[in-house]
Amino acid sequence: MNPALTELGGHVEAALPDHVVAVEQALGELAVHVRRESVVRVLTFLRDDPNCLFKVLVDVCGVDHPDRPARFDVVYNLLSLTQNLRIRVKTTTDEDNPVPSAVPVFSAAGWWEREAWDLFGILFSDHPDLRRILTDYGFEGHPLRKDFPLTGYVEVRYDEEEKRVVYEPVKLVQEFRTFDFVSPWEKMTPELPGDEKATRDAFPDRPVGARPAGRA
Amino acid sequence: MADPQLKSYAMNFGPQHPAAHGVLRLVLEMDGEVVERADPHIGLLHRGTEKLIEYKTYLQAVPYFDRLDYVAPMSQEHAFALAVEKLLGLKAPPRAQYIRVLYAEISRILNHLLNITSMALDVGALTPFLWGFEEREKLMEFYERVSGARLHAAYFRPGGVAIDMPAGLAEDIHAYCDRIAKVIEDLDGLLTENRIFKQRTVDIGTVTEEQAYDWGFSGPMLRGSGVAWDLRKAQPYDAYDQMDFDIPVGRHGDSYDRYLVRMEEMRQSVRIMRQAIEKMPSGPVKVDDRKVAPPPRADMKRSMEALIHHFKLYTEGYHVPAGETYTAVEAPKGEFGVYLVSDGTNKPYRCKIRAPGFAFLQALEFMSKGHMLADVVAIIGSMDIVFGEIDR
Repeated sequence: MNPALTELGGHVEAALPDHVVAVEQALGELAVHVRRESVVRVLTFLRDDPNCLFKVLVDVCGVDHPDRPARFDVVYNLLSLTQNLRIRVKTTTDEDNPVPSAVPVFSAAGWWEREAWDLFGILFSDHPDLRRILTDYGFEGHPLRKDFPLTGYVEVRYDEEEKRVVYEPVKLVQEFRTFDFVSPWEKMTPELPGDEKATRDAFPDRPVGARPAGRA
Repeated sequence: MADPQLKSYAMNFGPQHPAAHGVLRLVLEMDGEVVERADPHIGLLHRGTEKLIEYKTYLQAVPYFDRLDYVAPMSQEHAFALAVEKLLGLKAPPRAQYIRVLYAEISRILNHLLNITSMALDVGALTPFLWGFEEREKLMEFYERVSGARLHAAYFRPGGVAIDMPAGLAEDIHAYCDRIAKVIEDLDGLLTENRIFKQRTVDIGTVTEEQAYDWGFSGPMLRGSGVAWDLRKAQPYDAYDQMDFDIPVGRHGDSYDRYLVRMEEMRQSVRIMRQAIEKMPSGPVKVDDRKVAPPPRADMKRSMEALIHHFKLYTEGYHVPAGETYTAVEAPKGEFGVYLVSDGTNKPYRCKIRAPGFAFLQALEFMSKGHMLADVVAIIGSMDIVFGEIDR
């Protein structure tokens, strides 16, 4: 636990009680979870507050957790040159609800938000120019989502007859292989296959009083 | 004679243009020869590195970092190795730390030699480029002697470095430090007071301190604007806290100051390289943890346990405890960070690569506004962009 980070986390939580959901510290790094609507407010506070002065937005990125109701984490990494500290601001969203754009606070957010939109499909409201950035012109889908296959859906090649580059569905000469590295010895659960039968009612048809003794 | 009607027109710069430093397609809106708007189109070199890493074990992910900024490969590996070590709760042994510092500084010289000389080439000076490449070749020989590859080294690994330096290499690098110091002075003599070079770069692409913060600048781009900020000093990693070196800063934040900062950084890198070799302790170069680092080859001939460890490490890999970290290093271009999310398996759940050039290129729009077309080339040259890391 770094006391400077603990103090900073307490300071942020005390100053913005309605906006901050949780403050956590792990591996010597401070993360502040905020509500989606509060992103701009929190980033502005972190940039301008004399005890914070996180003037550099180092990075914005998304993380996809398809099993969660709000599947995307949006992560802002900030750096304070005067305090020599880093802080991570995190919020969550899903495919439909936009996150307020951080461009009014940090100009640097522009391209990183475009990247998050391109690769994850995270929407940012009031972004001045939310175009795709890294994928091909006319690309469909959001490749860093966990449900997007590693091979993608289309492949390109130059067609000698048509004298142009053509897009075709991916053809794999060998089936795509993913290896499950979970070892049956290490991840052994106390339940063995068939264990569920032990608790099953052996005589579901008979009334309770007519069952052999010892059976529930 | 009637006034000719001038209207702005769009111009495509790149993607195949030598001064675009790779596959940059720059759509410029020009008013005569003055740039009104610059819209960089990137992604032409996008290879899906982050997606691929999610399907590889932690060790298999290392070589992808060589292919990001291919001008200074080992600096990228450094960030990844440190991030994984942080999640694993490890620290590389002292000798490995010194070797990493030594090679990180070789990478810095590799990078700055290419950047300075290609920037000079863009504004019309061919000779420095040829001189610079000769030295780069020699530095890449040091890469080759330690890792077997000139570019795709895969040498910095989580837990240390791949193998120890071969005998005689440290002495050769130390002897080479004298030569590179002289080459830096030669380049300095060719460029620093060169009238044409100064005409082309002074007061071009000026960035103030506040603008540099706002656009997320780091490295020489930030220091060129007068901010004495260097992660090697501010948040030292590996053996950098044992090294004695200075941080050069610019005054005006223009292309010329960024050039001067890089020149001085090369001199400081030579200083660090000498110190790293002189202070380098002996000892192991990998952590002594068989669950992370492979056993010595000799052990595997005799010990069943060592053989099992080797097999497990190179098939399944190691499992990294769940957690997340943002770890950054001072790469030659600026702050290179890795935001690594682990879910406790043997593959990264998410590995976001924070490339410094991405932030620089984004600022091209405001830096080139109102400049002439030829100045855009000088600005791109002074930004030090490499598309391997921007497009990922």
